[in-house]
Amino acid sequence: MSSHYEAPIRKPLILGDKSYHDVSNDIARPVETPPDKDWWIAFSIAMAAFLWGVGCMAYTLGTGIGVWGLNKTVGWAWDITNFVWWVGIGHAGTLISAVLLLFRQKWRMGINRSAEAMTIFSVIQAGLFPIIHMGRPWLAYWMFPIPNQFGSLWVNFNSPLLWDIFAISTYLTVSLVFWWTGLLPDFAMIRDRAVDPFRKKIYSLISFGWSGRAKDWQRFEEVSLVLAGLATPLVLSVHTIVSFDFATSVIPGWHTTIFPPYFVAGAIFSGFAMVQTLLIIMRKVSRLESYITIQHIEMMNIVIMITGSIVGCAYITELFIAWYSGVEYEQYAFLNRATGPYWWAYFLMMSCNVVSPQIMWVKKIRTNIIWSFVISIVVNIGMWFERFVIIVTSLHRDYLPSSWSMFSPTFIDIGIFIGTIGFFFVLFLLYARSFPVVAQAEVKSILKSSGENYKKLRDKK
Amino acid sequence: MSSKSLHVLFDDDDNLIDAVKEVVKNNIYINEVYTPFPVHGLDKAMKLKPTNISIATFIYGCIGFTVAILMMNYIMIVDWPQDIGGKPSFSFIENMPAFVPVIFELTVFFAAHLMVITFYLRSRLWPFKKAENPNPATTDDKFLIDMETGPNISKTKTMLKKLGAISIEVINNDQDEK
Repeated sequence: MSSHYEAPIRKPLILGDKSYHDVSNDIARPVETPPDKDWWIAFSIAMAAFLWGVGCMAYTLGTGIGVWGLNKTVGWAWDITNFVWWVGIGHAGTLISAVLLLFRQKWRMGINRSAEAMTIFSVIQAGLFPIIHMGRPWLAYWMFPIPNQFGSLWVNFNSPLLWDIFAISTYLTVSLVFWWTGLLPDFAMIRDRAVDPFRKKIYSLISFGWSGRAKDWQRFEEVSLVLAGLATPLVLSVHTIVSFDFATSVIPGWHTTIFPPYFVAGAIFSGFAMVQTLLIIMRKVSRLESYITIQHIEMMNIVIMITGSIVGCAYITELFIAWYSGVEYEQYAFLNRATGPYWWAYFLMMSCNVVSPQIMWVKKIRTNIIWSFVISIVVNIGMWFERFVIIVTSLHRDYLPSSWSMFSPTFIDIGIFIGTIGFFFVLFLLYARSFPVVAQAEVKSILKSSGENYKKLRDKK
Repeated sequence: MSSKSLHVLFDDDDNLIDAVKEVVKNNIYINEVYTPFPVHGLDKAMKLKPTNISIATFIYGCIGFTVAILMMNYIMIVDWPQDIGGKPSFSFIENMPAFVPVIFELTVFFAAHLMVITFYLRSRLWPFKKAENPNPATTDDKFLIDMETGPNISKTKTMLKKLGAISIEVINNDQDEK
C-alpha cells in the first residue's frame, strides 16, 4: 500500500467503495444495456438535424455558394465562423489527454476519453465547412501536393489556407490514433466479458487482439507519453495556424500579432465548455458520478475561468493596440466592432466570454452542477459570437463606404450549421453507447492511490 | 525447457509484484505476465529491457522533417518558382519562414504515425488478430503469471500460495508443441 501513497490533502477522484471489477462493471454497463427511451429521443432529434443539414449541403452543392448569405463585401461569414468554432471545440480533448498527462494530472483520467471523442467528432464537423465552400468537394484532393497531369501545377506552400490543410489533417489523424491506442485495453475488457457472440466478434476486431502483456504495457505507456509530448505542441500549432488564416491577411481587425495565443486560449476555453456540457449530462445518464466527480467539474470550471480571463485580456489588448497603433483604419475597425451596427454581437461576446466565467471565482458556483452547465452553454454561444464578430465586423465596412453592407444568413447557412450540430450529436450519442466512455484501465491504475475507499483505509492507519 | 508451465492467478497488483520479484529471485523463468492495467514497477521487477520506441520516434520525426524540406524545396523553389504577392520564391532560405508550419506538421505527422505503427507491429496488434491472454479475467481484475515450474513443482506452488496466488494451474505444453 505504501507505494500507492498520495497526500491526504488530495480529494479522492474515484468515489464510493470500488474494486477493480466494479470499475469494469460501471464502464461496461452503458455498452451492455440497451439504450432507453431518452437516448432514442435525443438520437432522433440529432439525426433529424443532421439530415436537414445534409439536405442543405446538397442544395448548396447543386445550386452554388450563392445560396448562402454572402455578398461581395462579406465574402466569408458563417462557414468560416462555424469552422473556427468547431476546431476550437476540438482543442480541449487533446489538451486534456496530452497536456494534463505531461503535468501528471490524475483527474484527466475520468474525462479524457470523452474529451478526445469530442475532439475527433468536432474536427470532422470543422472539416466539412472548407470542403463545402470549395464548391466542388469531389476535387478536395487537389489540396494535397500530388503529382498531376496539369503540368507543374502545385499547391502554394506560402498560403496559410494550405498550412491549415496540413495542420487539421495532422491533428485529426494523430488525435484519432491517440484515442484508439488508449481504447485498445478497454475494448479488450468489453470483449473478454461479452456473452453475446456478435458483440464478442466486434470488440475482438476493434481491440486488435490486445492481451495486456507486460511488454505491451511498457510500450503502451511510452507511446502515450511520447504521443502526449508530440500532441502538446500540435494542439498549440493547429489553432495558431487557424489564426494565421486571418493574421497573415491585410484586413484591419484581422492582421494582429496577438491572434495565435489569443485563438489558442479561446479554443481551450470553448473546448472545455463543450466537455463540461457533454459530461454533466453523460455522468448522470450513464451513472458515472463516481468517476466524473464534482471535483472534476470544479477543475474544468477553473480552466474555463482562467482561459476566459486570458481571452478577456486579449480583447482589451486588441482595443488598446488599435488605438496605440495610430492607424485610422485599424482604429475604425475596432470602434465599428464595438459600437457599429454589430454592437449587439460584440456585447454578447464580451458578456458571455469575459464576464460570465468570472463568477467561477465563487466556490459555491463552480461546484454547482446547474450553474456549471448554464455557464458552459453561455460560453459556447459567446465563443461562436467571438468568431462571428472577428470575421464579419472586420469585413462588412471596408475601405469604400459605397460597398459597405451587412450580412444576413439564409436558411441554408443556418441549416448547414444545425446539420453539423446534429451530426456531432449523432456521433457522440453512438459513441456513448458503444465505447468505454471512461479510460477504465487508467482509472484502475490510480484506484489504490486516489480511490475513496483506499484513501480512507490509509487514513485509519 | 520443461514441458509443463504454471498459470498463476492473482487478484491484487501488489501481491503480483511481490510474487514476480520472488520468482525472479528463485531463477524461475517467467514466460509472460498479463495485467488489466499498467502495473507500475512490473517491468523492472521482471527485468524487462526498457523500450526503445522513443528513440525510433525521434528518427521518424527527423524523417518527416527532411521529407517536408525536400518536398517544399522541390515544389516551390526548383520545379516552378513563382512570384507570389511580390515575394519571389527563388531561394529556399529566404522563403523558409513560410515553410515552418508545414515542416512542423509533417515532423509530428511522421513521428506520431510511424511510432504507433511500430508499436502495433512490435506488440502484434492489428484487426482480426486473436487475443492471446489465457484467462479472460486478466483484462478485468485479475493478474496472471505464465511461468516455468522450477525444479520442484510443489515447492514453487507453496511459495506462490504464500505470496497470495488465488489459483495455480499446471499447463501441459506437450499437446501444443509439435
